[in-house]
Amino acid sequence: MSVPPGYYLALAGLMFSVGVVGALTRRNAIVIFMFIELMLNAINLIFVTFSRMWGHVDGQILVFFVLVVAAAEVVVGLAIILVISRRRGTANVDDVSLLKW
Amino acid sequence: MDLAQAIAQPSVDWHALSPDIVLAAAACMVLIADLFLPEESKWLAMPLSAAGILGTLAAVVSLAGEHRTTLGGAVEIDTFALVFKGLFCVIGLIVLAMSFGYFRSGRYYQGEYYFLMLCSLLGGVVISSARELVTLFIALELISIPAIIMTALRKADVKSNEAALKFFLFSVLSTAVMLYGMSLVYGITGSTKLDEIRSSIASSADEPLVVLSVIFVVIGFAFKISAVPFHFWAPDTYEGAPSPVAAFLSTASKIGGFVGLLVLMFRAFPEVADTWRPAFAVLATLTMTVGNLIALRQQHIIRLLAYSGIAQSGYVLVTLALIDPSRPEANAQALESAIVYLVIYGIMDLGAFAAAVAFARKTGTYFLSDYAGLWRRSPVLATLMAGFLLSLAGTPPMAGAWAKLFVFAAAINSEVYWLAAVMGVNAVIAAWYYLAVVKRMFLDSPEVDEPIEVPYLLRATMGVAAFALLAVFIYPAFITSLADRSLL
Repeated sequence: MSVPPGYYLALAGLMFSVGVVGALTRRNAIVIFMFIELMLNAINLIFVTFSRMWGHVDGQILVFFVLVVAAAEVVVGLAIILVISRRRGTANVDDVSLLKW
Repeated sequence: MDLAQAIAQPSVDWHALSPDIVLAAAACMVLIADLFLPEESKWLAMPLSAAGILGTLAAVVSLAGEHRTTLGGAVEIDTFALVFKGLFCVIGLIVLAMSFGYFRSGRYYQGEYYFLMLCSLLGGVVISSARELVTLFIALELISIPAIIMTALRKADVKSNEAALKFFLFSVLSTAVMLYGMSLVYGITGSTKLDEIRSSIASSADEPLVVLSVIFVVIGFAFKISAVPFHFWAPDTYEGAPSPVAAFLSTASKIGGFVGLLVLMFRAFPEVADTWRPAFAVLATLTMTVGNLIALRQQHIIRLLAYSGIAQSGYVLVTLALIDPSRPEANAQALESAIVYLVIYGIMDLGAFAAAVAFARKTGTYFLSDYAGLWRRSPVLATLMAGFLLSLAGTPPMAGAWAKLFVFAAAINSEVYWLAAVMGVNAVIAAWYYLAVVKRMFLDSPEVDEPIEVPYLLRATMGVAAFALLAVFIYPAFITSLADRSLL
């Protein structure tokens, strides 16, 4: 028994929406970042689903690239968040407000 | 060719890839050399990087006039690609000249910095010839991720940390949004190659999914090119970042985003232009107007240049609002004016940043009030700065005037008169704040009379850039010969 592709796309759309809402409403840099990762995973799911629908592997190859880029972003992002929380004792983005206008 | 043979003997046109390969090799060499250099001679990484960029430039020149495709159509070398590869090399050289004194005296991780800069530049060089979604995406990320680390290089400076965090969050968010759009495009068309996308998307122009996917891609790019209302990160990031890095972000990173956008809009989505053209018209109007109005009240030279850069993006966005494949002549003119604008913008914006860096190196200040009477403290610096600002304002006798005029003419030829009018009004607003700085430098009296010495390297670089802008104004055929229709 196979699940129709529409279900996967709906799930991915839902994951992406949760990611967007979370990234825009949360205040902790690490949590924001986790929501963005959720968005990227939703995108991976879409690529794999479409790849299966079209019957070729282009989309699945793309997923590898997205994964690698996401990993690179994790490295850079966590390093920056770590530096900030060491100096400030917090990773809350509302406290990071020296630069304005 | 069957599969086994294709794996054993892949047909790769190495010559077409040579600029990218040379730059990648140079970046690796700088990183390795940095390991073995003792602390006091780390600065040698800079001449090494410059040699690498010159090598890349030589590879670009060796391809001049060619039209080649390789890697199954993912990479296409045409005049459009070569012009932007060359522009990125020139930007790299100017930024190197600006960074040299700054990073040598500050001792901020020089070797790592030059390595990261070359990597980011490599992203720009790759994106110029990328004609496929995966390659575009990777190239765009290759520009952004090293740039985030470069922004954060001043670890001990809280502002640098904050700038990097903002840049990072917005950059990652925009990547996710853009990828979502790309995934839908792939789903609709079943291909990641732009030419195939173009032919298969035309039949489904009215589907809401097509509109949605293109809108997502555009929003993702709008963050990268800091178009209003997705511009909030840019001024903060530029102010907090080391100032040569701010110059790099404002030119290489932004032009990289624009190249990606031009390639996508002119190559992949022109058949559905009717659905997204109004979005670009709105984006362009907002970006020009808001950028210029906020720039009016800036007191910090880097923030002024940041908002001026946002407004300049608006002028380029005008050309994207003119895309119309049913009128080939006007369509081609829009592309040509965009190329001319980006090339001239890259040089003049870097020049203004270089002047600000030279000023801050001796005085340690970025505030506009300290520029009062610069003419008496350093006539050379004041003249060069005034030249770059006049060019940004689009007034003669600098090349910026042609850049604005070409976009203006393209808008008139496409019969989008209201957008041309918005451009005209904005040019007047913009002239106000640029000329205010020029007036302050030449007519006001200085608080301190101490003369300012400009380092030789920086002086020579700025001199060449200013001369180039002047020469292009007198003889615009230099630059119009670069504007090429091969992308269409």
